[in-house]
Amino acid sequence: MSQELIIEAGRTERQYWKDIWRYRELFYFLAWRDILVRYKQTIIGIAWALLRPFLTTVVFTLVFSKLAKLPSEGAPYPILVFAGMLPWQFFANALAECSNSLITNANLISKVYFPRLIVPISAVIVSFVDFLISGMILLGLMAWYDFVPSWRIITLPLFIAIAFLASMGVGLWLSALNVQYRDFRYIVPFIIQFGLYISPVGFSSNIVPEQWRWLYSLNPMVGVIDGFRWAIIGGDIQIYWLGFSLSLGLVVFLFTTGVWYFRRMERTFADVI
Amino acid sequence: MSDTIIRVENLGKKYIISHQQEGRSNYTALRDVIANGAKSLIKRFTQPPPEKLDKEEFWALKDVSFEIKQGDVVGIIGRNGAGKSTLLKILSRITEPTTGRISIKGRVASLLEVGTGFHPELTGRENIYLNGAILGMSRVEIKKKFDEIVAFAEVEKFLDTPVKRYSSGMYVRLAFAVAAHLEPEILVVDEVLAVGDAAFQKKCLGKMGDVATKEGRTVLFVSHNMGTIKSLCNSGVLLNKGNLVKHGITSEIVDSYLLSDMGKNREQGEIYWLDSKTAPGGKEMRLISIRLLNHRYEVQYNFDSEQLIHIEISYKLFEVVRGMRMILQVINSEGVLAFASTDHAFREEESKPGEYHTICTIPPYLLNSGLYFIKIHSGCPGVKVLIQGQEFLNFFIEKSIHHGSLFSEKWPGVVAPKLNWNTKLITKI
Repeated sequence: MSQELIIEAGRTERQYWKDIWRYRELFYFLAWRDILVRYKQTIIGIAWALLRPFLTTVVFTLVFSKLAKLPSEGAPYPILVFAGMLPWQFFANALAECSNSLITNANLISKVYFPRLIVPISAVIVSFVDFLISGMILLGLMAWYDFVPSWRIITLPLFIAIAFLASMGVGLWLSALNVQYRDFRYIVPFIIQFGLYISPVGFSSNIVPEQWRWLYSLNPMVGVIDGFRWAIIGGDIQIYWLGFSLSLGLVVFLFTTGVWYFRRMERTFADVI
Repeated sequence: MSDTIIRVENLGKKYIISHQQEGRSNYTALRDVIANGAKSLIKRFTQPPPEKLDKEEFWALKDVSFEIKQGDVVGIIGRNGAGKSTLLKILSRITEPTTGRISIKGRVASLLEVGTGFHPELTGRENIYLNGAILGMSRVEIKKKFDEIVAFAEVEKFLDTPVKRYSSGMYVRLAFAVAAHLEPEILVVDEVLAVGDAAFQKKCLGKMGDVATKEGRTVLFVSHNMGTIKSLCNSGVLLNKGNLVKHGITSEIVDSYLLSDMGKNREQGEIYWLDSKTAPGGKEMRLISIRLLNHRYEVQYNFDSEQLIHIEISYKLFEVVRGMRMILQVINSEGVLAFASTDHAFREEESKPGEYHTICTIPPYLLNSGLYFIKIHSGCPGVKVLIQGQEFLNFFIEKSIHHGSLFSEKWPGVVAPKLNWNTKLITKI
C-alpha cells in the first residue's frame, strides 16, 4: 500500500528484480504445469524422459565405439557417452523449450503482467527436471559396470550450474528473438541437430587435434561436457584449461548479454507477440 | 477514503502500423529485415532516401490525464478502438506507455480475459493453483481461499476433471472465481462478463460491487453495457479515438457517450424519410417523419421537465388497414422501458389510405432528467407487423427537480412524476 508504482516510458522498473522474487512461486507453477501436461494422456508417462537418452546412448556407443573404434579414456564407453549426453540433452531440450516458451505462452504475455524472465527460465527448469530423471540412467550404468567415481564427482554441481547458465544464455537470446522474428523457430532445431555433431557427445574431445582445440572450445558446450567427463569419469582425463576457460568466458558472456537483450526487448513483447 | 490512488498524466501510446503486402503475416520475418537493410543500403548510394510509405504511426492513446481516488469504481467507456483496452493494459503493466506517466499506490490485479493461463488438460483443482499464481497469489493465499473459490464457482463435483471437459459456463465461473478472490488494492476488469449466463453475471457484478463497497478497493471496469456501468460505477471515463473526452459522474458520462454514439441525425428532435420507397414500413404503410414538438409545436431536442412533449408521427397508408395500432415506447439510457402506450383505443376500426399525423403527448412533470429513446412500432395485433419496432429518435430531459426535495440533485428512478404530498398536524402536544 505504501510503496508507489511509477509507470513511465522507457523506465526500467527498479522493482523488476523484486517482482521476480515476489512471483518466485510462478517459476515452480509454470514448470509444474509443463511437466504435468507433457505426460498427460501418455501411457508410459515420465519414462519417456529415460527412454530417449538411453536409446541415443546405445546407438552412439555402437557407432562410435564398435564401428569407429574411438578411444574411451579408460572408462566404459557407454559411461563416456552418457556423461556427455546428459548435459547435451539438457542443453538441447532447454534450448528448444526456451525458444518457444514465449510464443506458447503468448496468451499470458498479452493478458497478465509478471516479469517475463520467468517464462524462459521455467522452460529451462522443466528441462532440468528431465536432466535429473535421466541422471538415474547414469547411476544405473555405473552400477552395471561397477564403476566408482573419484572425489571429483562432488564438483559436478559446479558444472551443472555452468550448463544451466549456458542453456539460459542461449535460450534467452533465442526466445526474445523468436518473438520478433519467427524465423528462429526453424533455426533452433537446426542449431540443436548441428550442435550434436560439433559437440563431443559421442566421442571424447581429446581426439580433436591439439592445435585446433582452442577453436573447438568456442562451442560453449565443449567446456561443459569436458567438465562433466572430468567430474564423472575422473581417472586420466585432464581438462584442457585454456579451452575450458574460453568456453566458460563465452557462457558468461552469452548469459549476461542474453539477460540484457531479453530485458531490452521485454517491454515490447506484449505489442509484438 | 479520498486519497488519490491512481494518477495518470499525459499518457500516450503509439503503435507503428506497417502496411505490408497482402498475404504476409503480421510478424516480422528476419528475411525482410535483412532484405530491407540491404535494399536501403543500396538505395542510400544510388538515390536520395525515399519517403517512408509503408509505416504509419497510430496513437491508441493520446494525452490522457485523470485521477482516481481510493474506493472509486470507475467505468471506462468508449467505442471499439477508443483506447480502453490499451489503457487497461498500460495500467496493468502489460505494455509500456510511449509518453506520460502513471503513479499507482498499491497492488494491481488485472482481469483482462477470463481464464488467462488456464490449461485445458489440467484439472479444475490444478488450474485454480496455476491461475492464482499467474495472477500473483501465493500458494498459501490460494490454499486459504480454495474452498471459497470452489463454492463461488459451484464446481465442487468436477474439481478433478480436466477443464477441457467443462461446459463453457463452468469454465467461466471458475476463472472468474479465482480472479475475484484476489485481494489487490486495485482491480482492473475488462469486458469479461459478456460470457456466462445472466444469473452468473449478476453474481459476478455483485461480487465486484462488494469488492468496492465493503472492502474499499478501487475497481476499473470496462463494459459496453451502460446499465451495468451505471449501477456499478460511481465515476466514469469516456474515451474517444484515444483521447479523454470526459471524466466525471457516471450518469453524465454515459449520456454523453450515448449521444455521441447515436449519430447526428437523431439529435435534431426530428427525422424525415425523403424517399418513400426506403422509409421504414412496407407495402401497406410507410413512415414520413417523426418530430418532437414543444407546446408551441416547434421542433425541440432538449426539453425541460416542466414542458410537455408532443411526439408527432407522420405516415402514409396505401391500403385499407383494419385494426391497426401505433405503439410508442420510451426507453431510458440504461435500456429500461419507462412506459409504453398505444393509440389502439383512440382509432377507428378501419383506416383508409392517405397521409396521417398521429400525435402523442407526454405530460410535463413526468420524466426524470437524462436521455430517452423513442421506439415506434406499428401493426395489427395478431395479424401483421406494419412497422418493425425501432428506436428512431432520442431526446434529453434537463433538470428534473420536481421530486419535492429541497436539494436540486437528480433523484433515482426511471420516471420522476410530480406528486402531491400532504402533511397535517393532527394533535399538538
